[in-house]
This record gives sequence, C-alpha cells and structure tokens, in this order.
Amino acid sequence: MRSPLQPPSCKLATLVGAAVALLLAMSAATTMSGCRERTATAARADDAAAQWPMVGKDYQNRRFSELDQIATANVARLKVAWTFSTGIPKGHEGAPLIVGDTLYLVTPFPNRAYAFDLHNPGGPPKWIYDPQPSAAAQGVACCDVVNRGPAFWQGKLFFNLLDAQTVAVDAATGKEVWRTRLGDINHGESMTMAPLVVKGKVLVGNSGGEFGVRGWLAALDAASGKLLWRAYSTGPDGDCLIGPDFHPFYQQDRGKDLGVHTWPPEHWRQGGGTVWGFLSYDPTLDLIYYGTANPGVWNPDMRPGDNKWSAGIFARRPDDGRAIWFYQWSAHDLYDHDGINENVLVDLPLGGRTRSVLGHADRNGYLYLLDRATGEVLSATPFATVNSSHGVDLKTGRLIPADEKKPRQGRVVRDVCPSAPGAKDWQPMAFSPQTGWFYIPHNNLCEDIETTDASYIAGTPYVGASVRYHAGPGGHRGSFTAWDPVAGKAVWTLSETFPAWSGALATAGGLVFYGDMEGWFKAVDARTGVLLWKFQTGSGVIGQPVSYRGPDGKQYVAVFSGVGGWAGAVVSGDLDPRDATAGNGWGAAMKDLPGRTSKGGTLYVFALP
Amino acid sequence: MKLPRLALLATATVMMTTAPACQHETHDVRPSAEVSQAGPGVVLSTLFAGGVPSAIAGTLQANQENAFAMNEGKRLFDAYNCSGCHAHGGGAIGPALMDAKWIYGSAPQNVYDTIVEGRPNGMPSFRGKIPDFQVAQLVAYVRSMSGLAGGFWAPGRNDSMQVKPGENTVSTEAPVRAPGAPPP
Repeated sequence: MRSPLQPPSCKLATLVGAAVALLLAMSAATTMSGCRERTATAARADDAAAQWPMVGKDYQNRRFSELDQIATANVARLKVAWTFSTGIPKGHEGAPLIVGDTLYLVTPFPNRAYAFDLHNPGGPPKWIYDPQPSAAAQGVACCDVVNRGPAFWQGKLFFNLLDAQTVAVDAATGKEVWRTRLGDINHGESMTMAPLVVKGKVLVGNSGGEFGVRGWLAALDAASGKLLWRAYSTGPDGDCLIGPDFHPFYQQDRGKDLGVHTWPPEHWRQGGGTVWGFLSYDPTLDLIYYGTANPGVWNPDMRPGDNKWSAGIFARRPDDGRAIWFYQWSAHDLYDHDGINENVLVDLPLGGRTRSVLGHADRNGYLYLLDRATGEVLSATPFATVNSSHGVDLKTGRLIPADEKKPRQGRVVRDVCPSAPGAKDWQPMAFSPQTGWFYIPHNNLCEDIETTDASYIAGTPYVGASVRYHAGPGGHRGSFTAWDPVAGKAVWTLSETFPAWSGALATAGGLVFYGDMEGWFKAVDARTGVLLWKFQTGSGVIGQPVSYRGPDGKQYVAVFSGVGGWAGAVVSGDLDPRDATAGNGWGAAMKDLPGRTSKGGTLYVFALP
Repeated sequence: MKLPRLALLATATVMMTTAPACQHETHDVRPSAEVSQAGPGVVLSTLFAGGVPSAIAGTLQANQENAFAMNEGKRLFDAYNCSGCHAHGGGAIGPALMDAKWIYGSAPQNVYDTIVEGRPNGMPSFRGKIPDFQVAQLVAYVRSMSGLAGGFWAPGRNDSMQVKPGENTVSTEAPVRAPGAPPP
C-alpha cells in the first residue's frame, strides 16, 4: 500500500536526527507517564508515523503524515468517526496532539485542556483541566481569543494561556505540574502560540503586536517551569542574546545594538517583534528557527529606521538562546507584515546540489528559500498578487518597496496588495516529500490604508492606521496553492471564496486536507488539486488538520471546526460590517460571512468505514 | 402662491438659525481638566440615601444635545485608542458600538461607568487617565454611533477615509440588551 514515490526533484528531508529524537521522546513518554502499559501501546508509541506529537507533526514543521490507508482511491468514502463539542463560540485555530493512545486538545480562551482515550472513540474525556485564565485578557487579544495548540514532552502537556502564562499538565492525570507567568496583560501582552519542546526546554513567545509590546522568545525548563533564558526582539544586543556568535548573512543586519539604533529614541520599548508563530528545529545544525512579528505601531512614519529585529527570522541555539543569524523579510515594515509565518525545513536539489533550506511563505507575498545554516536568501518568488514591492534584492537581501504604495500619514493609499493580513497569515502550509511541493493555504486580499498619529497608552492598541480589505484580482478572497519550490512556481491553485484560514495537511495517501471558512473540510489530490471529498462541519474551519493511526489500526484525520480568528471575528465577535474597518479591516471584506456560517467549536475525527 | 411660500421659507430659516442652532455647538472654552474619578476604595455600604450623586450627570446630559461635544468625542475616540478595539463602531477586539446591542447599558451614566470602571471581559478601566469633560464627550459620541443622539447633533462626516455611513444618518433603534448581558 505504501508508495515511497520520490520524484528526482525531491529528496526526503534527511533529518534522521529529528526522527530519532522523536522516537526517544515517544518511548520516554509512555514509560514516564506512569499509566497502565499495554504492549500494543508500546508498539504503537514506537511507530512515529502513528502519532502527531507536536502541532507541525515534526521538528521540520512539514505537517506530513506517512499514513496511507486513506488515499486518493478511497477518500470519497471518508466518514465521521467521532466528534467533541468544546462549547466555545470562538475561533479554533489549534491542533489536537496524539501521543500513545491518547488525543489531547486545548480550546481557545478559557484554554481548557482535554484528554481522550482512543480505545473508546466518542467516549467521555479521560480528564479535563481548567486553568482559569483572567477574563480581562480577552481585551488584549488582537485577533480573537485563539490558541494554536499544545506541545508534548516526556509525559507532560505544555500550553499557553491567553493571559500570558505557560502551564504544564501531567498527561496521564490532567493535574497541573507547574505554571509560569511570563507577561502582563496590563501592558498588552498575551500568549496564543503553540510551544515547541527542544532538549527539555519549552520554547514560548508572546503576542500583542497591536499593543506596542516588546516581543520575546523564552525557554522554560520542562521539568520545573523555571525561566532559563529570554531573547527579546528589540533593544540592546544583551537583551536580544546577540553576541560574538552572531553572524547574519547580510551587511544590513551587522552592527552593535541595531535593536536600539534602528528606531527613534526609546521606541524599541514599544517595538513589537512578538513571537506568536510556529517554531522549527534542526537537530543536525542544533538551531531553532522562528519569525518575529510586525514592528510596534503600524504607522511607519512614526518609526523611521529598519526597526530591528522585527519582521524577520532568528536562528538560535536552543541551549542558551544565543543568536546565530537573523534575516529581515521586511525592513521597516510598512503594512503590518509580521514575519512569523512558519519555516518548513526541507532539503532540495537547487543549482545542481542538495541544499538544506527552509521554506517560508511571508505575509509580504514572497516564498523564500533560505540556506538554514547561514540565512542566505537563495530565492524569493511572489506566490500571490504583489504590487507593494518590486522583489527582493538578493545582493543586499532587502525587499524593494513600491513608492506609490507606501503609506503616508494623512493620505489614503488605495489598492495595496497584499493587505495587512498578507498574502498568507498564520495558516501553516504543509510539505509532501512525495511530490516535493508546498501546500499553501492563503489570502487574495488588497487594502486601502490611511495612517494616522497614534498615542501610546500601555495596555491599549497602538496601531495608527485605518485599513479596509477587499478581494484581490479574480474577486475571490482566498487561494490554496501547490508550490514547486525547485521550479519556483505554482503547480496548481484553487480559488476560495473566503481566505483559506486553516492549516494544511499532506498525507502519504497522495492527499492534501484543508478547510474553508464556510465550514467545508476538504480532501484534494496532492498532484492535481482535484477535489475528492468534502464535509460540512457546521462552522468555518480555521484549525490545523492532523492524522494518526488509532489503536484499532485505522487511520484517522482530525480537525477543529469553529470559525473566528482575525478573519472570522466578524462572526465570532458579532461585528457590524457596516463599518468597513470592523475587526481591524475585515468589515467590508467579510460582510457576507455571517450569512454563510455560524459560531461553535467542535473537534471532528474522520475515518474510512 | 409665491409670496407665502417664500415667507414660510424665510420664517423657517430664521427659526433654524436662531432657536436650537445657537446651542448646536455650545462649548465650554475652559473646561476643567479635573479627574474626579476617585479610586474605588472600599465600599462600606451600598445604601446611598436618595441614590448615588453623580458630579458628571449634568455634563453628560448637556452633551447629548451638543454637536461640539460629539465631534470632540469622535476625535478622542481615535486619540485614546478606543478605535483600536472598537474600530469605527463595527467592533474588533471589543464589541460593535454602532449596533443596537448594549451589554452594560446605553444610558449616558452607564457608558461613563464602562469607560471609567472597565468591564470584566476585557474593557480596560480608564480611571485617572482621561479628564471628566473628555469622558463626557466620548460618552456623547459613543451614543451617537448607534443613532441615540439623533441626526441633528451627530457628526456627519469623517475627517479621514470614509469607512462607514455618517453618524447622523444612522437610524435610531431602540437599545436592546446583548445576549449574556448582566441583568439591569
């Protein structure tokens, strides 16, 4: 059944190290969790393919399942196996995790965690953990009260609470092991991202780029929750853990204290660069990768300079957080183009040799391939409509902005593509080693923007821009694209009525799964994009689909339904679309969504009959 | 036929320019920058003989029929970052303000209290941050967003990008309690 089809254009990512680490984590998980051991469980736990132990599936962030029971030939018969209603009418951007014979999920605020015994599909939860974060935190969550999922490591489940705390829960019992407060909602900080655990360190970052917070990535000891290091995204080199080992590839990123000097005096204290996206890890190079978000205050006239280290990517050592290299996707970001989109680690044949690269589809509309050892940009190709820039200068590494589309205070600049949510927002893409292609859920949106003066009042929004989005060329608001990174072009593209705001999942069955904001969860042929199956879940799908093999030997596909998030706040927040700027730009663009879907979070699990 | 119509028009014009219009934009040129919002302290009794006196009640009431106050409120709505959470009335992080739904009450004193005291699900307390007279201007503007001020007093246009109909064209709907709103 297995089809180890590998076209010459593509090599299976060689991260054997990652696979080994994963197996170690798995076996440790089952022995240390202390729960009843079953031979079958142990056997299953050794089978990495059966599991989904982190939101991106593996350290490379590929979101590829090696299971092939559900395949192009039979997916049309896919049926609901079981469901679970979270009872929360907010955006569900999370991913369930599957470790051993248990499925774990974390809801949006109030961030409850649930564990389900997979021997009893549809049965009641094994345990429920209610961390009771502060309700006031909802007032500093820019884009609905989402949570992007937990992490699992050696018998513990780790996740972030909206009010800027990280918790560890005993995966066997649901009892809290530790809780660490990392930020302050009174200064606009919240936490929504999925942690990544590397070498016993729980890596977490903050949200709050629309509140003038100062971004950081922190490492907590998985055993105790103790803060081991924290690397800021703005300010002096010492705070950013930049030292003698820091060797950025481009001249523009070299110099002392650029996190201070590329800002107006003291502005770095409100400089943004939050860390709310997905992390990746390359065990061979021993580097973690993550993006930094938009610089503080959207209005670019208020912050002349390159605004380092916002809207870029850091490569750091997991042990002590020291920076190894940095690259800035959008120096002096003009449009709220956070650089947090996931970095997918793959090895590709480029220029006659195999290169260890990371693929990154940025808000600014370019799909970047970077050498992941050095941060050199190998290519930057537009994957969506872009008129706000003229490309990336590969000599200097700089994005070349289009003068006529630059926001200027007191002037309305019209039809800027891509818009603030970008050509692609948080919605994570997948990579299939079978095809060698990225599968990118993304947006087709342009905007009108007027920038205005903004006052900084701690704990309140710090934006200084009025924006309204509209559909880009073609009139559709979203797309789902299969992208060949070696050829540097789209293989096929599906038009979506609304932004494709869910994650993507690729499987060895030759399938790609994603959901749309009207509630349809879909399976398409990975090679052709032909729609093979769809199911109406009842509420817009913005979650991250995953796949696992149950104790019964069957392959399952699971996904959250539950509209919301930034794009879906018109529904989840009962916004009034007569205001084109409702939801910070979405009012006019999403005015028909309330008539097409309604609120409510449910986990759906599908299998063949 | 012609003369009476002209006379009528002239009379109407005189009336419009004299009667309400002379108060249309009345404003205090030297408002007190006082912040009378004392800290919450410890409430020792919930019994207040004759009800709770509100120092701001008169201003709140007067601003309901004052175009200047509403226009100032509209400016302050951006300046104090209200628009960061409520957009231009359509809502974002916080609820929409241009619809008829009210979670914590639509009366001027309710809106004043919401701004000064904050509310439990994310509305921050602006206690001590905004002078009383400006809170009162914000109150007048917030009510105008859903047509509660009436078209005569409400702002008619934006100074910036037109993103919604003018407040003076919003039809007045009777305020309704939002689902989940606490009992009055």
